[in-house]
Amino acid sequence: MANGVPMASAPRHLRRKLTNYIFVGLTSIATALALAALVMILWSLVAKGLGGINLAAITQDQPGGGADMGQGGLRNGLVGSLILCAIGMAIALVIGILSGTWLAEYGDASRLAGTVRFINDVLLSAPSILVGLFVYELLVSHLVGHFSAIAGGVALAVLATPVITRTTEDILRLQSNQLREAGMALGAGKGLVIRAIIWRASRTGLVTGGLLGFARISGETAPLLFTSLGNPFLSVNLGQPMASLPTIIFNFALSADDNWRRLAWVAALIIAVFVLSANIIGRALAARGSSHK
Amino acid sequence: MKFEISQEEQPTVMVAPAPEERVLDVRGLDFYYGKTRALHGVDLPVARNRITALIGPSGCGKSTLLRTLNRIYDLYPAQRAEGQILFNGENLLNPRDPVDPEASGSGRPRVGGDLARLRARIGMVFQRPTPFPMSIYDNIAFGVRLQRSVGKAEMDEIVERSLTRAALWDEAKDKLHQSGLGLSGGQQQRLCVARGIAVEPEVLLLDEPASALDPLSTAKLETALLELKDSFTIVIVTHNLQQAARISDYTAFMLMGRLIEFRPSSEAFVKPETEAMRDYVTGRYG
Amino acid sequence: MADALMAAMVEQAPRSKGPRGAPGSGNGDGLFHALCFSAAMVLMATLAGLLVALLIGGWPAFSRFGFSFFTSSVWNPSGTPDNPEAYGAAGPIAGTLITAFIAMLLAFPLAVGIAVFLVEFCPRRLAHWVGIAVELLAGIPSIVYGMWGLFVLAPWFAEHIQTPLLLDLDPDGFWGKLFSGVPNGANIFTASLILAIMVLPYIATVFRELLLSIPPYLREAAYGMGCTPFEVVRNIMLPYIRRSAVGAVMLGLGRALGETMAVTFIIGNSHALPHSLFDSGSTIASTIANEFTEATGDLHVSALIALGLILFLITFATLAAARLLLGREKL
Repeated sequence: MANGVPMASAPRHLRRKLTNYIFVGLTSIATALALAALVMILWSLVAKGLGGINLAAITQDQPGGGADMGQGGLRNGLVGSLILCAIGMAIALVIGILSGTWLAEYGDASRLAGTVRFINDVLLSAPSILVGLFVYELLVSHLVGHFSAIAGGVALAVLATPVITRTTEDILRLQSNQLREAGMALGAGKGLVIRAIIWRASRTGLVTGGLLGFARISGETAPLLFTSLGNPFLSVNLGQPMASLPTIIFNFALSADDNWRRLAWVAALIIAVFVLSANIIGRALAARGSSHK
Repeated sequence: MKFEISQEEQPTVMVAPAPEERVLDVRGLDFYYGKTRALHGVDLPVARNRITALIGPSGCGKSTLLRTLNRIYDLYPAQRAEGQILFNGENLLNPRDPVDPEASGSGRPRVGGDLARLRARIGMVFQRPTPFPMSIYDNIAFGVRLQRSVGKAEMDEIVERSLTRAALWDEAKDKLHQSGLGLSGGQQQRLCVARGIAVEPEVLLLDEPASALDPLSTAKLETALLELKDSFTIVIVTHNLQQAARISDYTAFMLMGRLIEFRPSSEAFVKPETEAMRDYVTGRYG
Repeated sequence: MADALMAAMVEQAPRSKGPRGAPGSGNGDGLFHALCFSAAMVLMATLAGLLVALLIGGWPAFSRFGFSFFTSSVWNPSGTPDNPEAYGAAGPIAGTLITAFIAMLLAFPLAVGIAVFLVEFCPRRLAHWVGIAVELLAGIPSIVYGMWGLFVLAPWFAEHIQTPLLLDLDPDGFWGKLFSGVPNGANIFTASLILAIMVLPYIATVFRELLLSIPPYLREAAYGMGCTPFEVVRNIMLPYIRRSAVGAVMLGLGRALGETMAVTFIIGNSHALPHSLFDSGSTIASTIANEFTEATGDLHVSALIALGLILFLITFATLAAARLLLGREKL
């Protein structure tokens, strides 16, 4: 075979080109399918949820079965969800930020820190319904003795904490050692440097972590089913069962009552708006933070 | 810095091969990384079956120039080239040209078919050895199979010949079916040369192929390149002046995105005409 | 407990790296360190507590039924004299594994397609927005997926897929058997479909990051040989990320196995072993969600918690495998 050999024959070249076109087509179709799923889901939510919204939907408590169409609302669930998420976030922020700080600043490369990281990952990926079972066993059947808002809040905290721990550690690690050294050069102790300088410099990231944690729990249903249970009436008593939007959806959606189904869609829309905006704001903050680097 | 060349007046010293000898002929090439201009009206004739060396200080644009010749820069949407690169008389930057009818010069390798064809005719060896994660044999067979169906016996022959021409056969013949990643750096680089020539391109582009190699590996690579000159046209970017002097027939000296001197190597290193090249060759410049 | 904590801290402190404050620089530094450390220990205690709670809660069921808890598919909470109360987890376990497996089968090629499209073919600006949209899909709460599945997907599926197949296929043939079932759209397959949509964004996002992490020189070398984009992706890029990609799949699998609400809404909730692709079934998570608050007796509660323990072990195994293959960063 001398020099100047055989470039690809024309048919072969055409075949390779065609295969490539088909491949590009298939990958575009895959992407289009995912986008279509997103659009269809959001469309159903908006179409069925917006249609069911009226003033009563946020000013009245949940209706009984068989109420007239348009009767009743989600006030008890809205208030309950806000309280449960507030409890969950309060606990999760404290534990998550502190433990993330320990991993980044104190534990670092030690073996114990490696173990804690692994355990955090296990918690991060543990099915949420198991967290519900755990809190049920711990609080509902032993420490408190009955279903309660506290139990629901704790279950949500268990779900949000690993998210916050993880983001806190990642964010703190982005801060340069010079920053730490500069603080210590002024004579500040390590703890003070972390609180006054490192945390402050990482503010945006910590807020992002909080938002992602909030997004994770605000739509959670499974762990609430057997912790806070649900409550047909407005209640702010933390020691008693408390309503929440997700549990209302679960009960109403599977019923045959049209008015209940309507409210389930409204509740789904409200939750989706909350979760998606928390996600979007979190991401936007994260993007802004990283573009400042 | 001493060499603030006055951009517009600096003449290019050009002692070029005759037009009919040129495989590639770059004319008035401008190149942009986004808004940054990296090449300013560069001309470069590349003679058939000769080795052309591109030299110059870091950042002078020699690698950029090389990367336009097979349009590998097309992988990056922000990079674009303007001007002419004639390959056997056809402008390979021209969107409507038969060499490459579809490429827009600004996009990603979205279509690919014809750029793929171009790149099979103008092969490339990179600064870092880039064996694919497969056996030595398959590294070479891979490119050949893209082009045509080849029987086992013929493929064996192609692999042996390519490795021999790249001066790697003796070292590799007993481990053809082991991973290419198991070779030493110098061997990997010669494997990449073998892989590049196995598809019988007309031109072979080498981007500082010896920069990561020890002197012995470098010598073996250079020997291989000198042998290959009979079959291929070679363009090599190097920051090693001795290497350029040892192996190249023509030398192009670049500075700040411009071509300053282009001459037969035998003259270029002995009596550089421009002050800039004189200082570069004598080691007074970055 | 407190003593043990302090002891561990004292042992731990000297090992930590990085700049350290002057000894005894005060300002409550010791206290702060202790607080951070305790928070980390709370995490460990939580996981330990979770495991212990599941073990203790599930023990009565395990000890009562022994190995048959895994193999029997009898699930009878309301005991009568001739039909005693009994629990066997085979149905939910099978349902969990089957739905998760089918979901991955559907999601995997789509995820590869999306990742490749975004990295290799899509103009960069568009890729940014499409990437965000795909991640939004991951942000939708699972109960919303459940409602959509129940009210939109299931009726559509019953009318346009299930009923025509039922009418056209010979009920005794292979395909007829595979696709038999009550045509209401609530079955193993639609549950898998919803799961696939849910895990898709997770896998696609990890695949995308993996493809972006391929060294540019390798990609250039492949294009430099004259490969078409398809050839580069198939021969160079996908083999390069193979190992990590398996890790990403395991990660998605873990999510699919433990997903609760979406599946509960649409799987049909039957405890028997499913007989066909369109048969109703149940998963471990859906069984717990449906029955736990209404459990009739202690043994029933225990059986459900035992199910939970099995689920925990399965998801833990997939997570461990994913970590091993993927390294921590991509999780």
